[in-house]
Amino acid sequence: MSRPIIEAQQLSKVYGALPVLRSIDLAIEKGQFVALLGANGSGKTTFLRLLAGLTKPTSGALRIGGWEFPKEAAAVRAQIGVVGHQLLLYPALSARENLRFFARLYNLSGRAAEARIDALIERVGLGLRADDPVRTFSRGMGQRLSIARALLHNPHILLLDEPYTGLDQDASAMLDSLLQEAYAEGHTIIMITHGLDRAARLANRAVILSRGKVALDLPTAGMDERLLAAQYAAALQTAEGIRG
Amino acid sequence: MQHRRQNTPLLKVAYSIAVKDVWAEFRSKELLSAMLLFALLSLLVFSFALELDRRARAEAISGVLWVTVAFAAILGLNRSMALEREQGCLEAMLTAPIPRSAIMYGKLAGNFAFALIVGLILLPVMTILYNISLISLPLVGVLAAGTLGLAIVGTLLSAMTAQTRSRETLLPLVMLPIALPIVIAAVRASTGLLSGADSEVWGAWAAILTAVDAVYFVACSLLFDFVIEE
Repeated sequence: MSRPIIEAQQLSKVYGALPVLRSIDLAIEKGQFVALLGANGSGKTTFLRLLAGLTKPTSGALRIGGWEFPKEAAAVRAQIGVVGHQLLLYPALSARENLRFFARLYNLSGRAAEARIDALIERVGLGLRADDPVRTFSRGMGQRLSIARALLHNPHILLLDEPYTGLDQDASAMLDSLLQEAYAEGHTIIMITHGLDRAARLANRAVILSRGKVALDLPTAGMDERLLAAQYAAALQTAEGIRG
Repeated sequence: MQHRRQNTPLLKVAYSIAVKDVWAEFRSKELLSAMLLFALLSLLVFSFALELDRRARAEAISGVLWVTVAFAAILGLNRSMALEREQGCLEAMLTAPIPRSAIMYGKLAGNFAFALIVGLILLPVMTILYNISLISLPLVGVLAAGTLGLAIVGTLLSAMTAQTRSRETLLPLVMLPIALPIVIAAVRASTGLLSGADSEVWGAWAAILTAVDAVYFVACSLLFDFVIEE
């Protein structure tokens, strides 16, 4: 059996005197679509920021794609694409200029990079607006471009932090299909969401965090929203009850 | 697509960031226009406030130049880093396999270019307003060294203060005391130049200015990684 693409062992993060993540043990296999669930303040974003290489663990070990973080940070970062609730794009630059800039940060340039940029712009349905400034885009268009930016270097892992924030139904449906495509292509996806319906529909595994610990880790295959909601409520109740 | 184990080369990233800043500014005209407007209005206020004789004006003019350039630079520095933070672009850069110091060098190049452009525009405007010629190559050299120093200190400090809620007021408060050696050396060198003093006098201050720039450059390069990470 191959090694998990993400391995967290006794991973903890403390801000000042406040423990945000407490000894998390988690292994995520290549190609999984994991929904990261939990109440506000449960440590989801901090966990995702650790995986994205944006913050360092206070203690514990984190290996991504076989590379140790933060020791081999460059190798870890090269395998990760991030989509947030912010667009992570420059409003004054056009869609193409944004992708070109971020491509250079991943050492991609020349014809291959241009071809990749063109293909991604077409894939996210922005072919006709490729040379328009991002500030003229709707929230949905911006988020689609954000996905294209995250996929530029063809990362093994896609990290998404509440990517559906502020999207209308059509834009959400488009984002759903883009994520399903990325999943079908074999990308490992970890997505923070508060939408249990979406978690049940898109993901094949749900990890529920509570007070910085994994309260429940379960497969979601064949699970509908109601069943997941029941499991979610029970897990939180148990976790809160145990810790007091 | 193969994933590399190494960071993207520093110079390539720094160059890309600087070009991106200049290009974004060319598109939005947000930064330079604010800096220029502020600088020109400040000059006007100073010119009305300093109704001095020619000699006194020659002594005051370099102070007016550097106060105006320093505050215009602070305005630009604040905005430049805020633009990176607003849409989370700085975080997007930090998730890429790049050396952290490349962000500083790229932002520094852009900040320096904008501050220098404002300074270069001020020279002919001040020449007209104050009826004293400020257009000389040595003065442009001092202007370049001074704005470089301000950009070095300001790039590091704006990266620090951009993470706080009161960044607009915090940056001048922390930057001005630290930038004082740059401003003093730049004012002394400019005053010496404009008053026609011996080249040894203003040359010594220009050398001090260059040395301060070099010290700040090394210090800021060493500190930037810690400042930007968390």
